[in-house]
Amino acid sequence: MSQSFDEITAQLKRRHRKSARLKWVSMSALILAAAFLVVFISDMLIKGLPAFQQAQIQVEVTYSEQSQQMPPAAVNEDVRRLVSRGFLRTLPRAMKQNPELMGTTRMEWVLADSSVDQYLKGNHSGLKESQRTVVDKLAEQGRAELKFNTRFFTSGDSKMPELAGIAAAAMGTVMTMIVTMLVCFPIGVMTAIYLEEFATDNWLTQTIEININNLAAVPSILFGLLGLAIYINFFGVPRSTPIVGGLTLALMTLPVIIIATRTALRSVPDTIRQAAFGVGCSRWQVVRDHVLPVSLPGILTGSIIGLAQAMGETAPLIIIGMVAFIPDVSASFTDASTVMPAQIFTWAGEPDRAFVEKTAGGILVLLAVLISLNATAVWLRKKFERRW
Amino acid sequence: MINEQIARAETGAPKQAHDSSPGQPVRVNEDANHDLSIRVRDLNLWYGKNQALKNVNIDIFQKNVTALIGPSGCGKSTFLRCLNRMNDLIKNVRIEGLVEMDGRDVNEAKMDEIALRRRVGMVFQKPNPFPKSIYENIAYAPRMHDLVSRKSDQDELVEQALRDAGLWNEVKDKLAEPGTSLSGGQQQRLCIARAIAVKPDVILMDEPTSALDPISTATIEDLMDKLKQQFTIVTVTHNMQQAARVADYTAFFHLGELIEYNDTRMMFSNPHTKKAEDYITGRYG
Repeated sequence: MSQSFDEITAQLKRRHRKSARLKWVSMSALILAAAFLVVFISDMLIKGLPAFQQAQIQVEVTYSEQSQQMPPAAVNEDVRRLVSRGFLRTLPRAMKQNPELMGTTRMEWVLADSSVDQYLKGNHSGLKESQRTVVDKLAEQGRAELKFNTRFFTSGDSKMPELAGIAAAAMGTVMTMIVTMLVCFPIGVMTAIYLEEFATDNWLTQTIEININNLAAVPSILFGLLGLAIYINFFGVPRSTPIVGGLTLALMTLPVIIIATRTALRSVPDTIRQAAFGVGCSRWQVVRDHVLPVSLPGILTGSIIGLAQAMGETAPLIIIGMVAFIPDVSASFTDASTVMPAQIFTWAGEPDRAFVEKTAGGILVLLAVLISLNATAVWLRKKFERRW
Repeated sequence: MINEQIARAETGAPKQAHDSSPGQPVRVNEDANHDLSIRVRDLNLWYGKNQALKNVNIDIFQKNVTALIGPSGCGKSTFLRCLNRMNDLIKNVRIEGLVEMDGRDVNEAKMDEIALRRRVGMVFQKPNPFPKSIYENIAYAPRMHDLVSRKSDQDELVEQALRDAGLWNEVKDKLAEPGTSLSGGQQQRLCIARAIAVKPDVILMDEPTSALDPISTATIEDLMDKLKQQFTIVTVTHNMQQAARVADYTAFFHLGELIEYNDTRMMFSNPHTKKAEDYITGRYG
């Protein structure tokens, strides 16, 4: 006599309960992870978005012999401490370049001191009571405003927070990444092709394989030490430069690209290789004409992710001197420069309250770049993906 | 009558070796073409320590279809792959013995396996067109081997290969589409067209219809019958009826040994060995 539906249903109850419980546990894990992400990103946005705005005040600027000699004299005493010292410094040169300014007095929007900026943003500012009254009055008259901070995207680092920008670091990152990519993409892909398609399976290739996998797990700061010892001390590559930074990060990215490429090559069905050998292809023709085209999206995706990882790296660059104060956007691969994460690291260590938002703003820029890189990787995969 | 048809295709020195491995009488259909294409003597093959082929002696005749049958793991596919050195791609393979084509040992050091594969094409069990256009699937190999230079020659060659493979009418309007967009049977004919595009002497087919439906299978069988006018075909099949339908000669392999090699009609009507008889009649395998 077989069991009735009711009997079986009664037995199943426990199993259904168990699977429901498991479903809830995994869902809450997901929710927790998502919550962390939301908290992190919104915190960064709240802290970092103000960095994209900077206070400007409208003041009378007097262009005269006196202000040529002593720039602070160009503005009235009551607002003298409220305008940026960086702005005052530019006055003598402006007058030299533009002689007709001499002897005039104009109402101009000028960059405010970071304390005014912080005060307008509602942060602790260090302004005196009397200065606050002045700022309040200016704001009432519409002469003190937060405006879009173009300087943040066009200038290098500065000790004055209102002048500090991410441009030098961004340029350093671009140049460093170019070096990294030029070095490790060809070497990594060719290494992977050799190991996967040409090398015979013996103790030597197995040792190489194990070591490549281990290299991918080595703490990145050790690559910085290696870079210091080999590139700077032995080969004499100038320190703090994109070229040495790029070479050091290439050491770190190489195993990632090799592993990604090997995975991509391995996922190409063997039937394609057999077909190619069957029509009389040499090994290189098999790889070039049949295996590589199919595995290209995977290789590109892996490489971009490896580069994105290198882009966010700071530790090895500390060792080779790329965490430096770089006020000018560097023009060549052998100029001292810094990179975005290193710039963020520098700002995070600044005591001035105004650098907090710079730090968060820098993180937002870096995140935006990384997200667009990863989006490119996804797009490339979709574009070149083929069915077989 | 039957006895009259029995003839040794053996010539010269290997005769003795042949005699030493009993149970391999070679009977030749007198109506057929008897020109030798590939001569195999004392072929032994090991995968590591495991011997997969034992003292195989066989003569493959030009412009005939030779079918290799036998239970799974009997070495028929391994033997097939010896003929164009596809076994080179597998690790730990050791081959001894002679595989002679056009007076040359294909395993000799001087023999370039690419030259060999130019003359001995292959069609695989699962249709495996390149992930490229239909046109490119055909044109790739001739271009690589410098058989064509001008674009017009190339177009002509693609059309001819597709016509010979009986696929032209179905694909002539969509040559730019991927080869993988075709149905399974069409893909397999595309692979055959790809193989004949380089004008080989021999086409090896490794269970070419095992992944196909009966109608596609029948189409391929008709095609094999037509192609043997131009090419020597060696095919591995699990399907006894297929061997009976398309093959001029049939070789029965068992546990790495060539048990019987015979004219197909003879093999199926009057097998010489007990093992072959058991297998063919379905009592075994």
